[in-house]
Amino acid sequence: MPAHERIATAITAANDAGRPGLVPFITAGYPDPGTFIETLKAVADVGDVVELGIPFSDPMADGMTIQRSSFEALKNGVSLTWIFDRLDAAKDELGTPLVMMSYLNPLLAFGYDALAERALETGVCGFIVPDLPFEESDDIRAALEAKGLGLIQLVTPATPDERLKTLCDASRGFVYAVTITGITGGDAGLPADLTDYLDKVSGMSNLPVCAGFGIREARDVANVGAHAAGAIVGSALVEVLEKGEDPRPFLKSLLDA
Amino acid sequence: MSALLQQDEASLLLDAAIRGELPDDRGRFGPFGGRYVPETLVPAFERLEKGVKEHLHDESFQAEYRRELREWVGRPTALTFAPRLSEAWGAEVWLKREDLAHTGAHKINNAIGQALLAKRLGAERVIAETGAGQHGVASAAACARVGLPCTVYMGAVDIERQAPNVDRMHRLGAECVAVESGDKTLRAAIDEALRNWVTDPDGIYYLLGSAVGAHPYPYLVRELQSVIGEESRQQMLDQAGALPDAAFACVGGGSNAIGLFYPLLGDDIELIGVEAGGTGSGLGQNAATLATGTPGVLQGSYTMILQDDDGQVQETHSISAGLDYSGVGPEHALLQATGRVSYLSAGDDEALEALEELCAAEGILTALETSHAFAAAKKYAKKNPGSRILIGNSGRGDKDMPTLTRYPARIRSHAGA
Repeated sequence: MPAHERIATAITAANDAGRPGLVPFITAGYPDPGTFIETLKAVADVGDVVELGIPFSDPMADGMTIQRSSFEALKNGVSLTWIFDRLDAAKDELGTPLVMMSYLNPLLAFGYDALAERALETGVCGFIVPDLPFEESDDIRAALEAKGLGLIQLVTPATPDERLKTLCDASRGFVYAVTITGITGGDAGLPADLTDYLDKVSGMSNLPVCAGFGIREARDVANVGAHAAGAIVGSALVEVLEKGEDPRPFLKSLLDA
Repeated sequence: MSALLQQDEASLLLDAAIRGELPDDRGRFGPFGGRYVPETLVPAFERLEKGVKEHLHDESFQAEYRRELREWVGRPTALTFAPRLSEAWGAEVWLKREDLAHTGAHKINNAIGQALLAKRLGAERVIAETGAGQHGVASAAACARVGLPCTVYMGAVDIERQAPNVDRMHRLGAECVAVESGDKTLRAAIDEALRNWVTDPDGIYYLLGSAVGAHPYPYLVRELQSVIGEESRQQMLDQAGALPDAAFACVGGGSNAIGLFYPLLGDDIELIGVEAGGTGSGLGQNAATLATGTPGVLQGSYTMILQDDDGQVQETHSISAGLDYSGVGPEHALLQATGRVSYLSAGDDEALEALEELCAAEGILTALETSHAFAAAKKYAKKNPGSRILIGNSGRGDKDMPTLTRYPARIRSHAGA
């Protein structure tokens, strides 16, 4: 089975158990590089798939919380090489599929072929690249697919229908449905007309659809869970980790609705 | 010649550039350029690209744009012979006076053009980023002129060193937002403008100030700034009786340089871009992107950037806020790779010295950005005695007074003293 199929399988298994798939996001090495693997394991205990944020100097699609975590991790020396090396040591204990969220330039600097190889070795099944539109993605897609890894496409409420179909067909693992026209970590709450949008994306996609951006509490997870296969929780979780708290109770609480 | 391109590929691309065939349909200048933006902005960029195709070279748009350039911006700007500088340098020195354009720099050529475009595209409001503040002031003025609200994102560090421009933006009716994230200079301001644009891609027009970013901006800005080179070429023929041997422009993002160079690409003129050499050649000590950078993707474009081995974009240093940027326009990356344009750098001290020399010799207080071009032109003149030199005097230095007051004037001599 290609690695990217593990992602869809994990989310579908959660749905079969009668609940939405939960995809927690953490910034790798934040708040403390020393407890990275411990944090990852704790998050993976509850999450069905874990999204691992690679810190970048110019996180243009992220709000203050993830910007802050990204800059802090960079200051502490976290890099893609560092992350892969840590994952090497922990991969046998981690049953949960990992996906990496990275802006393009760190991946470009690492080299796409080397990236695919290291990802496969360390249990990373797919990539989300927020500044890489489909039209520019041929090279990295080819390198990832050669190793059975997936490039997860994002779609947004601003995406026209025809493009939506193209993106859903091109995606691997799941389709990342951005809930809002905005950046991560917004506190405006989920838009009221989310239902039609998520139903439309779910209808077009053969893969599970996971909704992300602005999901902060159990009510949000239940809301999107009624119209999508899974929910992605980023900034709200990073804020919990920032306080030095165990992420497990928070993540479990998201499924209590 | 850069190793990034094979020799035959380079000459084909240069020919295509001279014929006006670049960027291609995908927004590429050879390997450089493209469109690396969040999915939320893709439809907005497609609309902008379509709008640019429909309006930019449309007769009624051009008539309106040319009228605004003439009657509001004050174009054509003068070409000034610099007799005392010529004598001191042993060369024939001509200055293209963008400092005389409305609001004091070349930035207004692009700002009024894009503001007119925003109006035609039905934008509800305009956002812009600014480094030195010149583009912020130009955007504020242009938006007031066409009747659109304007918000300008400016790094907190730049707000401090360019205080007069912040006050000018406010008085011109724009809101100026201090950006506290990242490096708190131009790069952070662009990131923040993009974040804001994502919140309302339909209503907002992003008035980008340099020839950088995702397609179609590098093309759009070049087209609007090419008036500099077009006028210069004709004025040199009219006033000097010949084209220059060499033309100099400072390069941050590279909008004034591409505006000057693009119409001269097919002529037998040495073209020299001058980047900020800061305080030294180490990573973080300068903003000499083309001289010391490597290819990567920053803020929407594949171009030369200052980055570490992990692909993290590095902070820059320059005494001039307008050159203090870790990337550069993708067309400059191509022109460097083809060998058509040489890119040099001048340090903080050299720029300050050049600024003082120009003040004393010709009575022109030029911008700190522009001063870098003068410093490199002087070196060229010393090596090429008797050569005819054109310098893009991209802006005036009034905005730099808070910085300049920290450096006591070294040249006190006056004419006849």
